Amino acid sequence: MRAWFLALLALLTLAAPLAAQDMLPPAPYAYKQLPDPAQERKAQALMETLRCLKCQSQAISDSDAPMAGDMRHQVRTRIAAGEDPEAIRQWLIERYGDYVSYTPQVKPITWPLFAAPLVFLALAAFLLRGRFRRGKKA
Amino acid sequence: MSTEAAKRPGLAVWLPLGLFAGFLVLVMVGLYWPADREVSSAFIGKPLPAFDLPPAADDRPGLATAQFKEGGKPRLLNIFASWCVPCKVEAPQLAALAQQGVEIDGVAIRDRREDVAGFLAQYGNPFKRIGKDDLSQVQLAIGSSGVPETFVVDSKGIIRYQHIGDIRAEDVPMILRKLAEAE
Repeated sequence: MRAWFLALLALLTLAAPLAAQDMLPPAPYAYKQLPDPAQERKAQALMETLRCLKCQSQAISDSDAPMAGDMRHQVRTRIAAGEDPEAIRQWLIERYGDYVSYTPQVKPITWPLFAAPLVFLALAAFLLRGRFRRGKKA
Repeated sequence: MSTEAAKRPGLAVWLPLGLFAGFLVLVMVGLYWPADREVSSAFIGKPLPAFDLPPAADDRPGLATAQFKEGGKPRLLNIFASWCVPCKVEAPQLAALAQQGVEIDGVAIRDRREDVAGFLAQYGNPFKRIGKDDLSQVQLAIGSSGVPETFVVDSKGIIRYQHIGDIRAEDVPMILRKLAEAE
């Protein structure tokens, strides 16, 4: 009974994912690192900050979606061709918007993100200025 | 002076509750109006990037950028795949559009020739040309993030409109209008 149940379970879990998946092997550089370690490091650093468009909470370096594999292939071949990582990021932003990049870009809409820590520091210094002064006196 | 000092903490007591209420409102807004998860192409209004894809089917030529400037009228560029379920759902709508004289070119994403042939035999072939994009290169170059997607490309090769997801029967008049606007 138990074996029969397990066999049925295996059948059910194995059959399901066959439906909507492409049959092509992954892109050449989807899972293969670049031969040059310095270039691979650059590619890896960039891939960790690019969003997978299929699985939007993952970076393309984390995702096994075929499209993320194709994006990794694109990043690695461009890095191997000598392209600058930030140029590749801009190329993708031109096509998908800022959303594709996990690293926030300095733009009018994002300036509060960069200014807020400075504003809070200044505010804290202003609020605490009396305490520091009194501490020195005592 | 003494009354003021007694009043101030009275108001401050409500501050955490007020903050909590504000947070609650934020959570409810996020729950009931979730953010749009579709990533639309930022390439609308820009010229189709250069590409030249080999044919994906035996009886249709491949697809290159230059061909979009030859016909003298707007065309549809349909990003599809034989393994994509909604692509099967939109097949009748593409057939209807082709029947009304709309020229449709296809790009098959990560697909084998025999699978494309089977797909076209079963669901119809509304395409004039079909390019084979094994590395999603054209898909990435035009800012498409899935299958199916359909782009309206005008006679100068400029991308004018992007439809994300399958074309439903009720979308057909809208697609025809977008094609007319791109004239």
